[in-house]
Amino acid sequence: MNDRVLRVQDLGVDFILREGGLFRPKTHVLKAVNGVSFDLNAGETLGIVGESGCGKSTLARALLALIKPSRGRVLWLGEDLNKLDEEALRKKRQDLQIVFQDPLGALNPRMTVRDIIAEPLWTFFPKIARVQVDERVRGMMKLVGLLPNQINRYPHEFSGGQCQRIGIARALVLNPKLVVCDEPVSALDVSIQAQIINLLKDLQRKLNLSLVFIAHDLSVVKHISDRVMVMYLGRSMEISSRDNMYTKPLHPYTSALIKAVPIPDPKLARSAVDTGLTGDMPSPLDTLSGCAFHDRCPFSVKRCQLEVPALRRMENGDWVACHRAEELDLTIGKSG
Amino acid sequence: MALLEVKDLDVGFDTPDGEVKAVNKLNFSIEPGDALAIVGESGSGKTQAVMSMMGLLADNGHVSGQALFKGEDLLKMSTAELNKHRGREIAMIFQDPMTSLNPYLRIEKQMIEVVRHHQGLNKAEAREHAVEMLRAVRIPDPERRMRQYPHEFSGGMQQRVMVAMGLLCEPDLLIADEPTTALDVTVQAQITHLMNALRQKSNTAIILITHDLGVVAGLCDRVLVMYAGEAVECGSVEQIYYEPKHPYTQGLLKSVPRLDQPLVREMHAIPGNPPNLLALPEGCKFRDRCPHAFAACKEEPPMQQGEDGHIFRCFLGLST
Amino acid sequence: MTKRADQPVIDPFEAALSVRDVKGRSPWEDAWNRLLKNRAAVYSAYIMAFIFMLVVLGPMLISWEPDFTDWDHTYSPPSLQSGHWFGTDAVGRDILVRTLEGGRISLMVGLVATIVSLLIGVSYGAIAGYFGGAADRIMMRVVDIIYALPFMFFLILLMVVFGRHILLIFIAIGAVNWLDMARIVRGQTLSLKNAEFIEAAKACGVSDWAIIRRHIIPNLMGVVIVYVTLTIPQVILIESFLSFLGLGVQEPMSSWGALVSDGAQDMESAPWMLIVPALFLTVTLYCFNYIGDGLRDALDPKDRP
Repeated sequence: MNDRVLRVQDLGVDFILREGGLFRPKTHVLKAVNGVSFDLNAGETLGIVGESGCGKSTLARALLALIKPSRGRVLWLGEDLNKLDEEALRKKRQDLQIVFQDPLGALNPRMTVRDIIAEPLWTFFPKIARVQVDERVRGMMKLVGLLPNQINRYPHEFSGGQCQRIGIARALVLNPKLVVCDEPVSALDVSIQAQIINLLKDLQRKLNLSLVFIAHDLSVVKHISDRVMVMYLGRSMEISSRDNMYTKPLHPYTSALIKAVPIPDPKLARSAVDTGLTGDMPSPLDTLSGCAFHDRCPFSVKRCQLEVPALRRMENGDWVACHRAEELDLTIGKSG
Repeated sequence: MALLEVKDLDVGFDTPDGEVKAVNKLNFSIEPGDALAIVGESGSGKTQAVMSMMGLLADNGHVSGQALFKGEDLLKMSTAELNKHRGREIAMIFQDPMTSLNPYLRIEKQMIEVVRHHQGLNKAEAREHAVEMLRAVRIPDPERRMRQYPHEFSGGMQQRVMVAMGLLCEPDLLIADEPTTALDVTVQAQITHLMNALRQKSNTAIILITHDLGVVAGLCDRVLVMYAGEAVECGSVEQIYYEPKHPYTQGLLKSVPRLDQPLVREMHAIPGNPPNLLALPEGCKFRDRCPHAFAACKEEPPMQQGEDGHIFRCFLGLST
Repeated sequence: MTKRADQPVIDPFEAALSVRDVKGRSPWEDAWNRLLKNRAAVYSAYIMAFIFMLVVLGPMLISWEPDFTDWDHTYSPPSLQSGHWFGTDAVGRDILVRTLEGGRISLMVGLVATIVSLLIGVSYGAIAGYFGGAADRIMMRVVDIIYALPFMFFLILLMVVFGRHILLIFIAIGAVNWLDMARIVRGQTLSLKNAEFIEAAKACGVSDWAIIRRHIIPNLMGVVIVYVTLTIPQVILIESFLSFLGLGVQEPMSSWGALVSDGAQDMESAPWMLIVPALFLTVTLYCFNYIGDGLRDALDPKDRP
């Protein structure tokens, strides 16, 4: 469990936005991902949480080289993905797969389930026999909990949860080593979410997959992750082991997020503590000095306004980007 | 007299694939100042039930039954009559603020239009009222922001504007259809807090339509659980969360991932798929997915009366 | 709402494993069923089929040759006794058989020109839209330039240089029509490009050409089909217009447009010369338009991603 498979170093993705008229054109640089670093080991699940605008979806695509990063490196098994030529990168895609948020939108409506799941096979093994393809597709369908006799049906004939299973089957058909899941359960009913999460965990164990699980729902992430990274405005604020993060987070934003999650329990919910957050998330276009979170942080001091805190390692092995991490005690359940 | 009383509400749609029964004999009532949550997943019919009451049903839909608002049946009203109630006495907030606000008009215009129409204030008074409302929903610098367009607000702020618009006329009833689903969790917490505060201040009754059991626990007094167009359980929020009687409610509560509980190896899931309204089973609609289903479930289960107004539609626990 | 493949995923799962494969219902089938419910489109299709049969088989079954000049019956009105059911023209040729033969030309022009514009336009538009960037800009500027050229001038030039050959007319019309198709296809491609299933294909390492072939084009076909059924009448009308101006097919071949042109000259004395071909032309145009409308409703965009 300790072999590192993925290393992300100081990854940045900028988008250039042009606005303004003919006479006063302005270019804004949107730093969707702004210096993110982390490692991932074999068989491990890293959860990535953050709210809208934090850059997690952009990060997901940059990890798989679906978007070209502006800065930094993504090292898969030691190789820099963005230094590879097109053909070499294409070959690597067998190992790196993705599951999308919109279960129906991720499937070509004019293709049958068979064609959808078989497409990666045809792409990498063009000479493969029809019979073999059929066998493999049916095997995948069973693996993800779909009846193989549905193989000739079309996406619109399935429910959301089943469509997501098809997407997972497609992602796994080539035996990848890493699967990035971009909000795979956000669009599903609660009762179905649990099914899909159980499925992913099960498959991870069976196939020894490394997962990057992106979500905005902290409770869901808690159930599937070994470690969790919290993002805010393109930066990573904290990377902690799951148990540590949910009992004693290191970063004020993490603490606020955890406190904001509504507990489905009337007695507890009524006595819920205020998150302590003030104001609104700034627009990602505004370039702030210092810590991205300082204007909303209940603990910010002068230094936070001036200096960007670096992501640094704490004693227990977790990482946090906060100047005051050592002083603050953000244990969940303690008021104040 | 109850503020809103819904009796035997039926909503159906004519589709090329056949008739879809979205809501089936729904009954519930709300007192002034009450906060009722209607909880359900896809296919439950919760949104359609409310849309039909507000006269917002699609062309191919038809509705029958009664929806008595202060004694008058909303379903029998013409659009003109409904308009008198909509906005002033009954306000509705939708899920996606981006599509509910007119992108071409300044916020000021949209808010003032609502107030002037319903309360007959002049422009200056209406403006002042609107600014106060924006302040109440914690929009910073409201006078300046009023002059802005919707796209200049973030998602969370847009939804707060919607809440402000909904409460401008101090309605007796506010219907909120998944108001926080599209929002970040920190913003969600703010909006829920806000709705709670406003409700206490002006005694507005709230119908909250959602599938998020966490939000319900923090805001509502009573809960109505729907499945496949029918009410399967209804009771106080404590009854529903601590003593759920219907297997669907039980399963739903167990499958919600919770931060405050220890981890389990496998999350509890309700097996099967959401109901297909074109092909509903006979008898109990939930029996294909129910862990306790038995022979009797092929018949339509009765609505049992528990303690203190707690009702649920199931055969379990019935003495034969 | 569509019927879904609802199967519980618990114990019945094992039992159901041995059940035979279920047939799927593709979006095309759904669209087809919707189309069949549209009465105007269905009747139009029947009428078009009938006209088609008449045009193809008619001249063989009718006793009159199209170029047979019946000197005894010049300018004769429709009558059963003379055997000329729809009358004759100035030199005694049977109007019906002339109209049907003319129909062959008109319909052929419609079909061939449309196929040409389809093949060129779809591939051009899909490539420009998918690859984007400089390629797209250049390709669309070419389209804009050609679009700006005066069509009639271009056509007359071609006629002068190459003579009034029927093939030339096909090519000329097709050469102009593909521009619209290219623009429409490019627009659709641009919006499809951002669909998640396209991203999914890229993530699976599918090559760009395979994506265009397997994902983009099949999902364009709805729009293309509608456009094609609305292009065919347009092309027939252009050809008719050309013939009316005297630039179309040469004698002894004829088309509906040429017949209308001839008939218009003798409109007052022998109205049947105008009415018969004009009727065929008009009915055909209406039918294609109704079918096109029906297709558009059946292939409703809200059905697609």
